[in-house]
Amino acid sequence: MKRADDYEVRRQHIKNLSDEELKAKFWELAETIVNPMLELGKKNTTPAIERSILLRMGFSSMEVKPIVEGVMSKGLMGKGAGNVVWRLSNKLGVSVREAGVGLAEGKYWDEVDGLF
Amino acid sequence: MSLDINKKIDINELLQDLDKYEPKRRGWHWREGRNENRIVGDFEYHEASEGLKNYIPLPGSRGFHYIDPQPDCVVTTEIASGRFEDDIRRMRMAAWHGADHIMVIRTAGQSHIDSLLEGTTQGIGGIAVTRKQVRASRKALDMIEEEVGRPINFHSYISGVAGPDIAVMFAEEGVNGAHQDPQYNVLYRNVNMIRSFVDACEAKKVMAWADMLQIDGAHNANATAMKAWKVRPELMVQHAINSIFSKKVGIKPENIALSTVPPTAPPAPCMRLDLPYAVALRDFFSEYKMRAQQNTKYMESDMREATVTHTLNLMISRLTSADIQSTITPDEGRNVPWHYNNIAAISTAKQAMNGMDGLREMVKLDRDGVLGEEVRELKERAVLFMEEMLEVGGYFKAVEQGFFIDSGYYPERNGDGIPRQIEGGIGAGMVFERDADYFAPVSVHYGDNNVPKEFKKASDAIGGDTFEDRTKIIYIDELDEHDNVETRLKEVEKYTNTSLVKPEVEWKADGVVATTIFLPLDERTAEFAAIKCGEKLGLEDVTVVHKQCLHPSEGTLVEIKGRVKFDINVNDLIIPEKPEVLSEEEVREDIKEKPIFVVAATIGQDEHSVGLKETLDIKHGGIEKYGVKYLYLGTSCPVEKLVDAAIETNANAILASTIITHDDVHIKNMRKIHELCVEKGIRDKVMIICGGTQVSNEIAKEAGMDAGFGRGTKGIDVVSFMVKKRREM
Repeated sequence: MKRADDYEVRRQHIKNLSDEELKAKFWELAETIVNPMLELGKKNTTPAIERSILLRMGFSSMEVKPIVEGVMSKGLMGKGAGNVVWRLSNKLGVSVREAGVGLAEGKYWDEVDGLF
Repeated sequence: MSLDINKKIDINELLQDLDKYEPKRRGWHWREGRNENRIVGDFEYHEASEGLKNYIPLPGSRGFHYIDPQPDCVVTTEIASGRFEDDIRRMRMAAWHGADHIMVIRTAGQSHIDSLLEGTTQGIGGIAVTRKQVRASRKALDMIEEEVGRPINFHSYISGVAGPDIAVMFAEEGVNGAHQDPQYNVLYRNVNMIRSFVDACEAKKVMAWADMLQIDGAHNANATAMKAWKVRPELMVQHAINSIFSKKVGIKPENIALSTVPPTAPPAPCMRLDLPYAVALRDFFSEYKMRAQQNTKYMESDMREATVTHTLNLMISRLTSADIQSTITPDEGRNVPWHYNNIAAISTAKQAMNGMDGLREMVKLDRDGVLGEEVRELKERAVLFMEEMLEVGGYFKAVEQGFFIDSGYYPERNGDGIPRQIEGGIGAGMVFERDADYFAPVSVHYGDNNVPKEFKKASDAIGGDTFEDRTKIIYIDELDEHDNVETRLKEVEKYTNTSLVKPEVEWKADGVVATTIFLPLDERTAEFAAIKCGEKLGLEDVTVVHKQCLHPSEGTLVEIKGRVKFDINVNDLIIPEKPEVLSEEEVREDIKEKPIFVVAATIGQDEHSVGLKETLDIKHGGIEKYGVKYLYLGTSCPVEKLVDAAIETNANAILASTIITHDDVHIKNMRKIHELCVEKGIRDKVMIICGGTQVSNEIAKEAGMDAGFGRGTKGIDVVSFMVKKRREM
């Protein structure tokens, strides 16, 4: 879109604001703009977020990738990849590390089906 | 492992037990002792921080007792030659010159890798950011900061489609700062918009836990826009979006920094455009920190020009404010930065900031006139920008409609922005809604987390995560059998802890040298003639890195680079021994018992007197301080007059000062003194000493002097020589 500079026309409603009022308006607008994105962040997850959770649970970057890919193909991202590993470890009675490494190596995926 | 100033950092030793290494600390560090006046040498500084334990001062400090005042702001340097083992050495050099924020740029394309990169492959113009690379660099910096006596912030980038993974690895490895801005991914990396913002929430939450400083990516609009000064309203909007978004995720405002660049450069009247923008930003973003970056948009291969632009940028920092002063190497318009150009950039910042210390106490910005009007207009334009964003349906819609990086001065629109589709980009469709029973068993997490009731906190489910128990971190070593640090070190083994050396600019023994050549030719011919010069000098892979026409037919300046084919064996060098200097006590005692009288002058047609006076005067630690009496005959003194004075006063020594002149007049003058003394029969009774910036002991002795002293000579050097020489006479 091309548009000529209509600054003088557009500014009429803000030209009389004090500097403080203009600053307050600036930050109010910024906050309104980012609020929906913050909501998206609260309610969603991504492969990168799930990998970051698994890293913190004590898995290497080489191990977390296949786990998250497996969770995605099982349609369980909404539960959380860390949750899958944790529940699996409970179900199998093994450590979290053992459960996750197993998944990374392609084992235990049948067990995952009954977790939720 | 700790460092010895007189030894090179041992990379092999550094890599030992790396799997067990724990960083000393985490979190960002501001310089100590800001906002207080401090005395350094002869001066009081009003914008300086605590000094360093070990440092290399500016060359000009010779006139000021070699002081090295450290500006109040953190000083950044970016180091990323592609090989971390070489960058570590450069980091050490940079720290000695005053850098305490070392940024490591990721290798191109890493933003598009949907996971962490492992191994330590080398990057091209950037480092492959891997745990091993990060840990080795942090380990080196942990030692370097001990050596210079000031904490050093280590910094890299949390962008692309592996942001949260990278943030976690950085937090675990003691990285202190990072660029994180979801808008950067969207606009420049074409990462899906929703993915980018959702990822950013988790990444920022992790950064907040690690007390990392965040820098945004708005400066890229500057570098990308056709007319950088026109995007100033948009830049304020980009800064605002990332700042408030980060704050609401949980990063404290003092850890949120704006990456701000003065948008333009000469020959544009840059101050008139850049200063109002800098002021407007600091008004609106008073809660946040300013990371003052330097303009690169209009940077060419001329290092002189780049340095002047950067100095103007530094003036804006001093006239307004800067919490972090970034530096750009002056050769960035030519090549991936070379070792010494990092140091040049750090020195430019240090020099300019020292020089403008306290400027605002004497110079006030006049906001009543044109500056105030410009500031207000920029702010209003930014407000109008955001109003229209909301009118069209918010951020995503605005991006779809190409609001950003449009080269129109908003509300003007030029139709050349970068539009991205909400359903498009890398990682599109990779955002998953969390179910009601979604659970993330970690101690730091953004958003909905359904922690089972039996646990007090989420990470109790797994008995603590890596942020609580770092023994759980899994370290990965090299994956690539061929491209890894050990094989790279083997390739240069010949030059490691041996007497062999090769010139280098980026990597150990890369053999690159640069040469400046003037040719009385037109530009095109000069370019090819210069390459031929390089080849005849024996260089390989000769390329032109810079050329400047001085006149269409009279001449061209060309700078070339090339590789040398040889090694130097330092054991084969003939290095004249550095004369041993006697102690002050011994010299004083000797002169007290047996006085020394000296006649001194600057000889020839030469009015320079500073060097000689410093050598003589007690005030400057000259020979007078040790009891030597002297007769000073001034400047432009004829040689005959100097020798006659020596005879009349029965002097023990003649001190002559000279500068290098055309036709070797200085050498002829030295010879003349010697010959006159021989002729008049006093040569065996009088010591003759010559000094000057370009004089060396070898040149002087060749011309019949007893000794010669060059740049950096102090009184004790001269008096020590005289005492020793007299004992032989």
